[in-house]
Amino acid sequence: MLIYELSLATVVCINIIQAIGLNLITGYCGQISLGHAAFYGIGAYTTALMAKAGFPGPVNLMAAMLLSGSVGAVVGLTSLRVREDFLAITTMGVGFLFLGIVRQQERFLGGELGISSIPSFGLGKPGFFGLTLILVILTAAFSLYLKKTWMGFAFEAVADDEDTARVLSVNVSAYKLVAFALGTAMAGLAGGLYCYFARFIVPDDFGFITSISVLSMVAVGGIGSVYGVILGTVLLTLMPDFFRFISDYKLFVYGALLFAVMRFAPEGLAGLPALVSAKVARTGGAP
Amino acid sequence: MLYVELLIQGLIYGCMYAMIAVGLTLVYGLLRILHVAHAGLFALGGYLGLLLTNATGSLLLSMPLAAGLVGLLGMVVYRLCYQPILDRPPYVALIASIGLFIAMEELFRLIFGPYGLTYTHAPLQQLFRFSGVTLRAVDLAIVVGSVSLLGSLAWLAKNTRTGIAWRATVDDPQMAGSFGISVLKVRYLNFFIGSALAGIGGIFISLLSNLVEPTMGGVPSYKALAIIVLGGLGNVGGTLIASLVLGVVEAFGTIFIGDYLDRDAIAFGFLILVLMIRPQGLFARS
Repeated sequence: MLIYELSLATVVCINIIQAIGLNLITGYCGQISLGHAAFYGIGAYTTALMAKAGFPGPVNLMAAMLLSGSVGAVVGLTSLRVREDFLAITTMGVGFLFLGIVRQQERFLGGELGISSIPSFGLGKPGFFGLTLILVILTAAFSLYLKKTWMGFAFEAVADDEDTARVLSVNVSAYKLVAFALGTAMAGLAGGLYCYFARFIVPDDFGFITSISVLSMVAVGGIGSVYGVILGTVLLTLMPDFFRFISDYKLFVYGALLFAVMRFAPEGLAGLPALVSAKVARTGGAP
Repeated sequence: MLYVELLIQGLIYGCMYAMIAVGLTLVYGLLRILHVAHAGLFALGGYLGLLLTNATGSLLLSMPLAAGLVGLLGMVVYRLCYQPILDRPPYVALIASIGLFIAMEELFRLIFGPYGLTYTHAPLQQLFRFSGVTLRAVDLAIVVGSVSLLGSLAWLAKNTRTGIAWRATVDDPQMAGSFGISVLKVRYLNFFIGSALAGIGGIFISLLSNLVEPTMGGVPSYKALAIIVLGGLGNVGGTLIASLVLGVVEAFGTIFIGDYLDRDAIAFGFLILVLMIRPQGLFARS
C-alpha cells in the first residue's frame, strides 16, 4: 500500500515541476503555450536514450534540461513573430510536430512502441521520491525568487502590456526567450524524472492531452501564483484517484470540474478567497 | 493518376475541414474565443445523424434534423459557457471550452459505448469511375454538399438584411450595436449556423468511414484550429481556402514525407512554416 502512495506522491512532484515551468512562461511572462508536453517529452526521451547508453542519472537529467531548454528557446523565437491566439495554436502545433516525429522514428526512438527497460536511477523508490521532492522545492524556491528579481518585474511588464514594456526599453524579445528557455528546461527536468519513474515511455505520454492537463493545473490553481499552481497540481493529479469509486465517470467529472472552475472562479483557486470576500462585501455580509 | 487521386482525396478532406472550421472562425471573429468544444458538437452531429438514419432509414431526413439539433445545442453552449466569461482573459474561455469538450467526449463514451457505432445500411456507397479515377457517392456528396451549403451561406450573408447585420457585427460590434442591431441575436445566430455546419461535417465523416466514435472530434478540431489561424483568424474566405490547401498538403505530404512525419505533424509543420513567413496567416483580416 505504501508503495502505491509513494508512487502517487512522486507523480505529483513531477507534475509540479512541469506546472511551475509552464507558469513561468504563461503566468509570469504571459506567453500562452499549448505544447508544453513536447518539452516534457524531449526531456524524457533524452534521459531514456542516455540512460540506455550507460550515462549516470544526474548527468542525464542535466542533459534533459539543457536540450529541452535549448529547443524551448528556439520555439520561443516563434513568440517573437506571433502573439496570443496565434502563439497558442503555434505551440499546439509544436506539440503535434514532436509527436509526429517521435512516432515515425522507429529506429532511434522506438516509434509507437516507445522505449522500454530503461535502467533505474539507483536510489530505490523512497530515495527517488526524496530526490524529486528536493527538486520540487528547488524549482519552487527559484520561481519565487525570480518573481522578486528585476527579471521577474520585466516578465510582468511583458505579460501586462508588451508594447508599453518595449517603449520603456524593456528588451521584450530577450525576456520572452529567457522565459521559454527556463520554463521548458523545467519541463525537461520533469520529463527526465518521469522517465526514471516509469522506466518505460511511449509517445502518447507526451501528447496534447498532457499539455492541456498541465495548463489546467496552472489555470485551476491560479495563473501566476506559485502556491496556487502547486495546489492546483496536487488537486488535479490526485483527483482521478479520489474518484476511483466512480472509475468510469472520472474523466467526465474531470472535464466538468475544469469547466466549472473556469466558469465560476476564473482566477483559479488562488483567486477564490478574493472572489468570496467580494461576494460577501457586495451582499453586505448578509446571508 | 496517383496525383489526381491525391488531389481529389485532399479536396474531399478539405471540404470536411471547411465545414468545421467555418463555425470556429465565425465564433472567433465575433467573440475572440478559441472554441474547442466545437469538436464536441461535430461529434454530436455524427452521432445524431447516424442514430436518426438508423431509426428512420432516411439520410435526407436525418441530416437537417441532426444539424438543427446541434445548432440549438450550440446556442445553449454559448449561453451557459461563454456569455458569462466574455470579459475574462482569453485563456479562461479556452480552458473552459477544453473542459467542456472532455466532458462531452466522455458523455458520448458513457452513453454510446467506447467502440463506436456504424450504419446498419451505409448510405451512398455506390462507386463511380471517371476515366481511371474511382469515386464513391459519399465523396461526391461531401463535395457537392459542402460547396452548396457554404455557397448559400455566403449568398445569404451578402444579400439578406440578417446577413448584412451579421457582417456588420463581425466588423465592428459596437458600431453595429449603436445602429440598432441586436448583437446578442447575432451571436446566437452565429453559434446556431456554425454548430449546424459542424454537425453536418460530423455526418459527412461518419459516412466516409461508416463509423462514429467518442474521440472522433479530437483530431479534426485541432486541425480546424490550425486552419482558422492559417486563414487569418476570423476571415471566412481565407478559412475556406486554407481548408482546401491543408487537405491537399496533407494528402501529398503523407506520400512524400510520410516516413518522417505523420499526417497531423505534416499539417502542423505546414502551419508553423506559414506563420513564420506570414505571422498574420495566409489571408489577414483587413
